[in-house]
Amino acid sequence: MYAQMVKSTGTLKTREEMDERERAFQDRIDAGEKIEPQDWMPEGYRKTLIRQIGQHAHSEIVGQLPEGNWITRAPTLERKAILLAKVQDEAGHGLYLYCAAETLGVSRDEMTEKLHDGKMKYSSIFNYPTLTWADIGAVGWLVDGAAIMNQVALQRTSYGPYSRAMVRICKEESFHQRQGYSIMMTMAAGTPEQKRMAQDALDRLWYPSLMMFGPSDKDSVHSAQSMAWKIKVSTNDELRQKFVDQTVPQAEYLGLTIPDEKLDWNEAKGGYDFSEPDWQEFHDVLAGNGPCNADRMSARRTAWEDGAWYRDGLVAHANKRAAQRMAAE
Amino acid sequence: MSSEWPLWEVFIRGQHGLNHRHVGSLHAPDAEMAIKNARDVYTRRNEGVSIWVVPSNQITASVPSEKGPMFEPSKSKIYRHPTFYDIPDDVGHM
Repeated sequence: MYAQMVKSTGTLKTREEMDERERAFQDRIDAGEKIEPQDWMPEGYRKTLIRQIGQHAHSEIVGQLPEGNWITRAPTLERKAILLAKVQDEAGHGLYLYCAAETLGVSRDEMTEKLHDGKMKYSSIFNYPTLTWADIGAVGWLVDGAAIMNQVALQRTSYGPYSRAMVRICKEESFHQRQGYSIMMTMAAGTPEQKRMAQDALDRLWYPSLMMFGPSDKDSVHSAQSMAWKIKVSTNDELRQKFVDQTVPQAEYLGLTIPDEKLDWNEAKGGYDFSEPDWQEFHDVLAGNGPCNADRMSARRTAWEDGAWYRDGLVAHANKRAAQRMAAE
Repeated sequence: MSSEWPLWEVFIRGQHGLNHRHVGSLHAPDAEMAIKNARDVYTRRNEGVSIWVVPSNQITASVPSEKGPMFEPSKSKIYRHPTFYDIPDDVGHM
């Protein structure tokens, strides 16, 4: 549902090292102005944005797969309708983001091909499986919760079309988190077996959710330039801390235990102390070795290839109709 | 063959809104499909009662670098706004 470890093109320059156009550009960003597609921008800004927005878009699209897994097996018709609506939203969010990226001079098909060729990434979280219905609750609560944390901040990003896509997405996404928490409340208040399933989902998805914010600031090599350009507006650790502080009381309300023995309220900093996720696992998953990487990519490639005749058919039909109209005029 | 679907700009008139407003863009093979896709992508929550779609390449835009001279003339004409005129309270609402 968003981007991690986006490589930033261009090294951070001091004002003296910038040329006149770069300085004027940085001044606009510092003044909080939005950059629009036709404005001049440094090549590195453009490339970094394409990478980040593209990765964000891919995450929305691939993110449909773990949830789509449960549409046919939702426990009630109402839950099924809700899950369908949520998955449809994710498709919409992907489309808003692809359009935002396209204003930077890259085509949607190009980005799709890069994803399929393994040259672009999506969030590590979607390489984990959804094993039980409780996972659908935990995904909405934790994964969408983490995504919202990041996306609310990104509404202030410097690139106009990206910022506007975020505003739209944030408006819609709150429903995603709440429906997830609603599933968790039902499960946690259900039979002992259901409560055990809810706890199990939290146990498995807690650390992968923390990983969604990307590596610790001290290891985050790409942040400085992206922060200066306001492509990123909060650091990984800031957002992760906010997420933990927000989520712990919600888990307590459910009567579930966060799987972290070191979790403890720190009065001095006004937030929780908590254990870092296993960063080795994070890098392994990003490198393609997570539990579901191969499945996700093959599902995307199959959908693309199997849909080719349909896309082409519609173009052929549109061309035929256009020719007929020309002839009639 | 695989040619990419062209881009369309989408305008929606909201329930209580007066004008169609630009909401974003999308790809579609023709105008008819663009309307259908716009329904699915941009009105999932009752946002609209009417949709316009326009091929993106048919839009002509003002030049951003000329926005100074383009819009400056209206900036200096503050007498076009009602607040420019002081009307005594005794006159009542105007």
